[in-house]
Amino acid sequence: MYATNYHRAFSVADAVRLKGSGDETKYVSGGMTLIPTMKQRLAAPSDLVDLRHVAEMKGITVSGATVRIGAATTHAEVASSAEIKAACPALSHLASLIGDPHVRHMGTVGGSVANNDPAADYPSAMLALGATIVTDRRRIVADDFFTGLFETALHDDEIIVAVEFEAPEKAGYSKFPNPASRYAMTGVFVAKSAGGVRVGVTGAGSDGVFRHSGMEQALAGNFSPDALSGVTTDPADMLSDLHGSAEYRANLVNVMARRAVAAAT
Amino acid sequence: MTKVTMTVNGRQVSGEVEDRTLLVQFIRDKLGLTGTHVGCDTSQCGTCVVHMDGRSIKSCSTLAVQAAGSEILTIEGLARDGELHPVQAAFKAHHGLQCGFCTPGMVMTAVDMINRYGGALDEKTVRENLEGNICRCTGYHNIVKAILAAAAEMGAGRQAAE
Ligand SMILES: Cc1cc2nc3c(=O)[nH]c(=O)nc-3n(C[C@H](O)[C@H](O)[C@H](O)COP(=O)(O)OP(=O)(O)OC[C@H]3O[C@@H](n4cnc5c(N)ncnc54)[C@H](O)[C@@H]3O)c2cc1C
Ligand code: FES
Ligand code: FES
Repeated sequence: MYATNYHRAFSVADAVRLKGSGDETKYVSGGMTLIPTMKQRLAAPSDLVDLRHVAEMKGITVSGATVRIGAATTHAEVASSAEIKAACPALSHLASLIGDPHVRHMGTVGGSVANNDPAADYPSAMLALGATIVTDRRRIVADDFFTGLFETALHDDEIIVAVEFEAPEKAGYSKFPNPASRYAMTGVFVAKSAGGVRVGVTGAGSDGVFRHSGMEQALAGNFSPDALSGVTTDPADMLSDLHGSAEYRANLVNVMARRAVAAAT
Repeated sequence: MTKVTMTVNGRQVSGEVEDRTLLVQFIRDKLGLTGTHVGCDTSQCGTCVVHMDGRSIKSCSTLAVQAAGSEILTIEGLARDGELHPVQAAFKAHHGLQCGFCTPGMVMTAVDMINRYGGALDEKTVRENLEGNICRCTGYHNIVKAILAAAAEMGAGRQAAE
C-alpha cells in the first residue's frame, strides 16, 4: 500500500471540509472495498476521510411506510434489524448474503451504493425499490444514480448520507453467488408496490445494474414465476468472463428472477 | 507517523504507526502478538480475524488508525488463568485443527458466532458463518463439530448461571 494520511470525521460537514485535505482524498466507510484495493495498489488516495464515526449517518428509522437507512449502517445491522425484517424482509436477506460475517460487520450500505460494483448486491435493491439516495446536498432517485460500471451520479466530494424507500407490498431477492468471491454472478431483486412491479438485476449486465422492463411488464399483470417463462434476456447486453458466458448469464437472470418472485413476501 | 491508542486484550496500548499500517501489522509487529495470522493478500481467508468492539473483523483489511480508540480482542486474550477458552478446548477435543494456521481465525470467528447465536447454533448456520474462513487441511467437519460442542457447552453454562 502507498502512503496515505488518515482523518476521522465526526459530522457530515466535517467530512466534506476534510475532503479538501489532499489532492486525491477519498472517503472511507467500512473499507471493505477500498482497503483491499489500496493493498493491491489499484487505488492510492493521498488522504482518507473516515465516515464510520459520523453519528448522523448511522441507524435505521421506519416512519409509516418510509424506510431510511443511514449510509454508515453496516450490512450486519441491516441483516439483523427487526424494523427492516418487518418492512422489507427481502432486503435483510440480501444483506445477510453479502460476503462473510467479517465483511458484513464493517461494510456499509453507503459504501456499496457509492462503489456501484457491477457484481454488488445493494444496487439491484435500490433500483427495484425505487429508492432515493440522499446526499449531503440533494436527493437522487436510483434510476438516475447508477450510471455505469463503478460509475454514479455523485460529485467528487458528495457524501451519501442515507438511502430511503417506501416499503413494498412484496419483494424477493435471489442471488447466484460466484463460488469463490461470493459476489453476485447474477442477483435479481423484484418489488411489487401500488405503482407496479420493478425488477433490478445485478452481476449480469455489461453496463452494470439494470432494470428489466420485459419482466416488469410480464409481472405487472401476473405476479408469479410462470409469468416469466416467455420473457427473454438478450445475451448481447450481458457480461461475459471466465466465470460465465453471456448466454449463461442471460439464462441465470431468468432463473434468479423466477426464484425471487417465488420467494417474495 | 501517528500515535494510536487502543485496548488490546483488556490492556491499553499505544504505538507510533504510519497511517497505512494495517491493524494486523500493528498487532503482530508492534505488539508482538503473533497468534493473529496473515494467510492471503485478497481479504478472503480469515486467518487474521480479531474482534473490534465485540464483532469479528479482518485485521488485514482495517488500518490501525481506523481501530484507534476501539477494544480489540485477539486469540491471546481468550484463555483465562491458564485455562483454555471453551472454544479452544473444543477444537482440541474434537481435533478441529491439523497444521493450525487457520485456527486463530477460526476460533475468533467461532466465538463471535456463539456470541451472536448462543445455543441456537445449528450446523447449517455454523457452515454459513464460516464463509469467510478458509482451511486447507481439515475439510471443516471437525471445526463444525468443535463449534457446535462449544456452543452447547457455553449455552448450558449460561443457563446454569441464570
Ligand atoms: C471478501 C469480500 C467479499 C465481498 N462480497 C460481497 C458480496 O457478496 N456482495 C457485495 O455487494 N459486496 C461484497 N463485498 C464488498 C462489501 O460489501 C463492501 O463493504 C462494499 O462494497 C463497500 O462498502 P464499504 O463501506 O466497505 O466502503 P469503502 O470500501 O469504505 O468505500 C468504497 C467506495 O465508496 C466510497 N464511499 C464510501 N462511503 C461513502 C459515502 N457514504 N458517500 C460517498 N462515497 C462513499 C469510498 O470513497 C470508496 O470509493 C465484499 C468484500 C470483501 C472484502
Ligand atoms: S489475511 Fe486473509 S483475510 Fe485477512
Ligand atoms: S488446520 Fe491447516 S489450514 Fe486449517
